[in-house]
Amino acid sequence: MAQSKLWTKAPTWVVYSLGFLPAAYLVYGVVTNSLGPDPIAVLENNLGEHALQFLLLGLAITPLMRFAKINLVKYRRAIGLIAFFYVVLHLLVYTLLDRQLDLNAIIGDIWKRPYITIGMSAFLLLVPLAITSNNFSIRKLGAATWNKLHKIVYAAVILGALHYMLLTKTWQLEPIIYFTLAVLLVASRKFYPKRKKQTRQNPQTSKTQTA
Amino acid sequence: MPVYRYPMPKGSEITPEKVFLNRRQFMAGATVLAAGASLPSTGYAQSIDDYEALNVAIKDSPYSTKDPANPFEDITTYNNFYEFGTGKGDPAANAGALTTEPWSIKVGGLVNNPSTIDINDILNSPELEERIYRLRCVEAWSMVIPWVGIPLANVLKKYDYQGDAKYVSFETLVRPEEMIGQRSAFGLDWPYVEGLRLDEAMHPLTILAVGVYGKQMPNQNGAPIRLVVPWKYGFKSIKSIVGINFVAQQPPTTWNLQAPSEYGFYSNVNPGVDHPRWSQKSEKIIGSGIFGSRRQTEQFNGYKEEVASLYEGMDLVKNY
Repeated sequence: MAQSKLWTKAPTWVVYSLGFLPAAYLVYGVVTNSLGPDPIAVLENNLGEHALQFLLLGLAITPLMRFAKINLVKYRRAIGLIAFFYVVLHLLVYTLLDRQLDLNAIIGDIWKRPYITIGMSAFLLLVPLAITSNNFSIRKLGAATWNKLHKIVYAAVILGALHYMLLTKTWQLEPIIYFTLAVLLVASRKFYPKRKKQTRQNPQTSKTQTA
Repeated sequence: MPVYRYPMPKGSEITPEKVFLNRRQFMAGATVLAAGASLPSTGYAQSIDDYEALNVAIKDSPYSTKDPANPFEDITTYNNFYEFGTGKGDPAANAGALTTEPWSIKVGGLVNNPSTIDINDILNSPELEERIYRLRCVEAWSMVIPWVGIPLANVLKKYDYQGDAKYVSFETLVRPEEMIGQRSAFGLDWPYVEGLRLDEAMHPLTILAVGVYGKQMPNQNGAPIRLVVPWKYGFKSIKSIVGINFVAQQPPTTWNLQAPSEYGFYSNVNPGVDHPRWSQKSEKIIGSGIFGSRRQTEQFNGYKEEVASLYEGMDLVKNY
């Protein structure tokens, strides 16, 4: 498949480094005490939002390849693992700093509060994906099974975005945008152009050729 | 615990009006800067020195909490004031656009002598006093704020209200050209409206606040005049009031209209009744840092002795 060389030139560690920058910025905010009067909420909200951003980015890789012929598959594992890193930090801030390890409160939250039930489900769905994000697992599971397993991310992203939408007091633009993007990216999988043996710039000619 | 006391400024230290007004230009510039930052920053908060001092004799009020007050910066950078945006930092960034002079409040409804109150009459009132109250937000956080205000009863009792007046309703300014949140297609319906039962409105704890820390009310906190009802969740304490009416029926209230199952008319602070989406048993203490502690929420926010009698015989789970 034809692809722009420019996109694949950067080594993966560049993606990891860029991915950790927002976390470093938050750590800087904590150290300099510049996150405002409610730093816990700032950490929680920003970490959660970054998790969603990277999940959406990871979900955009295949559509980009199919619709725009830009192949970034090389970076997808890094993006997915960075997303999981933010999910874990988000969860740690909630359990350790916000709820201060009050297990009764945490279990009560998971049991009684739909947005937390949903968020926690999304996290649990992501755990097997993070664990199997390595070459060894792909070999062990076989590419087909591995691919099937990793389709779970569709559910996780939609639940994650729903989790965000349900926690605000009113309808707000940002969570709606995230949710819409999640739904669109998942739905786009149904509309991939059919793969041809030979890709041509002009789909009309390629059609007549394969016909 | 020692009560926080701030020094009263001498006349010579009071910010000249010109400097005070320049604050708005400063704010406009700061807003642009803030818009470029990806994180909510508190860098655009103005200093307490930018606010005009109120002529208020500071005396201990039996109604004030002895807990230390949050710093001015917490109080003015962490706000819920949806007229200026839904983020906690939005009001500090956007409320500089609000003009609070001239300002008046129309008092009417079931009253024989309706009138319009000029804000200056309250700002210069000899009845101003300091009340240090804990503000408990329905979102399960709290902070301690040294308000300056006048008991609402002192204002209401000047009115010859009619026998069938059982409630008092309040209304916030609608001015989308200055209140950016009112231009948004999302969120609440305007004007923001609130209400109290007449006996709640007349309770000595209920005040009309015109300042914090001995200074005039910052715009983001509901300038120039707002309600403070310390035993109820913060959203009952309506900001930037332009209308007060005596009414016979329980008046509509904004958050109740928005989500009736989540926000009741009474909305008394009650650790025993959870919000459908989160617990109300404890509250985060704003300003206590990332390892800050939570505190157990108190019935009526600690004013059980003063206000429980208002609700005698009422089912507070049903009347949440």
